[in-house]
Amino acid sequence: MRTILVATTALLSTTFGALAEGELNLFNWGNYTSPEMIEKFTAQTGIAVTVTDYDSNTTALTKVEAGGSGFDLVVPSANYIPVYLRKGLIAELDHSRLPNIGNITAEWKDVPWDPGRSHSVPWQWGSVGMAVNTTVYGGDVNTSELFMDPPEELVGKINVVPEMSDVINMAIFNLGGEACTEDLVLLKQVRDKMMAAKPKWLSMDYGTTDKLSSGDYAASVNWNGSTMRARINNPDIVYGYPKEGYPLFMDSVALLSDATNVDEAYQFINFILEPENAAMISAFARYANGVAGSEEFMPEDMKTAPEIVTPAEFVAAGKFLPTCPQSAIDLYTAIWTELLK
Amino acid sequence: MSRQTPGRSKGLNGWLLSTPALILLLLAASGPLLIVAVYSVLEKGDYSGVRWILSGEGWFRVLFEKDIFDHTISLADANLSIFWRSFKLSIATTVITFAFGLPTAWFIATRPAKSRAFWLFLITIPFWTNLLIRTFAIMEVIRNQGILNTFLMHFGLISEPIQILYTDTAVLMGMTYVYLPLMVLPLYAAIDRFDFRLIEAGYDLYASRWQVLRGVILPIIKPGIIAGCILVFIPSLGAYVTPRVLGGGKNMMIGNFIELQFGQGQNWPLGAALSTVLLLVVLVSLLVYTRASSRDNPNG
Repeated sequence: MRTILVATTALLSTTFGALAEGELNLFNWGNYTSPEMIEKFTAQTGIAVTVTDYDSNTTALTKVEAGGSGFDLVVPSANYIPVYLRKGLIAELDHSRLPNIGNITAEWKDVPWDPGRSHSVPWQWGSVGMAVNTTVYGGDVNTSELFMDPPEELVGKINVVPEMSDVINMAIFNLGGEACTEDLVLLKQVRDKMMAAKPKWLSMDYGTTDKLSSGDYAASVNWNGSTMRARINNPDIVYGYPKEGYPLFMDSVALLSDATNVDEAYQFINFILEPENAAMISAFARYANGVAGSEEFMPEDMKTAPEIVTPAEFVAAGKFLPTCPQSAIDLYTAIWTELLK
Repeated sequence: MSRQTPGRSKGLNGWLLSTPALILLLLAASGPLLIVAVYSVLEKGDYSGVRWILSGEGWFRVLFEKDIFDHTISLADANLSIFWRSFKLSIATTVITFAFGLPTAWFIATRPAKSRAFWLFLITIPFWTNLLIRTFAIMEVIRNQGILNTFLMHFGLISEPIQILYTDTAVLMGMTYVYLPLMVLPLYAAIDRFDFRLIEAGYDLYASRWQVLRGVILPIIKPGIIAGCILVFIPSLGAYVTPRVLGGGKNMMIGNFIELQFGQGQNWPLGAALSTVLLLVVLVSLLVYTRASSRDNPNG
């Protein structure tokens, strides 16, 4: 629900009001920021943080690009970082101002979309899979056929999150393609199969954590952390890893070029690279972070959660989404627009 | 008498004094519209925005679509179905709010003068709460585990929840609830001025109840009916929040479709062209309204 409200939540507790000596505006995905972590940051630094939600990469990009947003930090997905960079919307990070930069785990230290982490640091990463309510559907959950060709039990009861790159790439994997493919024959199949499946979907909506928990959807294309939160509320929910292939994502924090609270932003970035604080982010949204040493501060239930610890047989099917060339993005956008209307 | 300013200079002064306000109004009202109109004939930019190159693509896409793969051009069924759904739902909202609004307005107007204020006050209560909150409240009522389904299941009237949320019915319920006061208030204003002796006169002339309604009441309160219908129909046509929350992203209306072009669709010129189309539809509706009401009341 919060994701739709696009609510501006001032998380500054009045207790710390007297200490407030700076401010920071964080523009992040809805239901993604740990309030406890923000409180701790404010208590430690006296900087008041305002968190504003968005619900998709495109929404965030459009608002930032329009200018005058007043935001200092944004948290785009990996495939959007190069877009921000190309448009000159994010600033290069001065690593000398980030003593904790070395805490980034080896696998996320040098990434193709941001070589040398010159413009972003990890926020959280996870996978896109299928969340299914087992009281409604008892069959195999580890397949993207659930939304590409919904079984009888799920017709009219399945939701698909309207996040273009996650859904299109999962559909491409479903039909045996590779991420960023520009194979027109395959993409035509992707479009046709999705268009045929769409009438069997209930909705294309965000706010999946709440609606899976409450039973408004029986299934959804969903992110692993959100599914874990739904499962904690409703034990009938399980998370499936599509064997045809499923996308892995990482969202990273970047400093906007027109940020006004640059010093505060650096303090914040450095703060979240502290293992204990990174663990707070994960404990809230239930995704893994990219900070070494955070594991020991993580809640016990995340160390064994089937949504977080991918079963060995499905690990290989998880594919990190690279940054696709513009020509591929144009094709996907065309398919996506056709699908949405 | 001597203190009164002569008519002409009063007019001139008046104009001079109101110039700043007029300029501001003109800029604030037509400036954004002009931007919309200009954007609709430009080329779309990467991801968002426009390129300053003249292009008819935005307008072309309102009515036609080009297949991504074989580049055949066809009528844009999807766009037309969204327009048709918006139109259909807005008409239905108008009809339903009228069906509920007329008896309500009649009831209020026929209460003793003292208690009318109280009833009107009740009608305005929903306006105290933000539209978004009211829409989420509707969602709480109709969702699968919501009040309505729980109630029906508790009494064994249904065995599993009825899927209302994310359907056109949900959008219609939401809009009817939200726009009902906009129908009641102008109807009340019209009925309040109605001379009830005319009804007695009708009966004295042996008119049936139906004839009194058709021949006496409705023609006299017609301006109120038209005003109410316009006040409900136009915002319904451009509704955004209600279909967004209750329609689940699949049952779009024009407002959502326009938003899509500025967000995920990444096609601002098409969004601008669609906005202009919506504006024209509203303009035509208003023209029809003013003509319809002036024909009946030649004296104003």
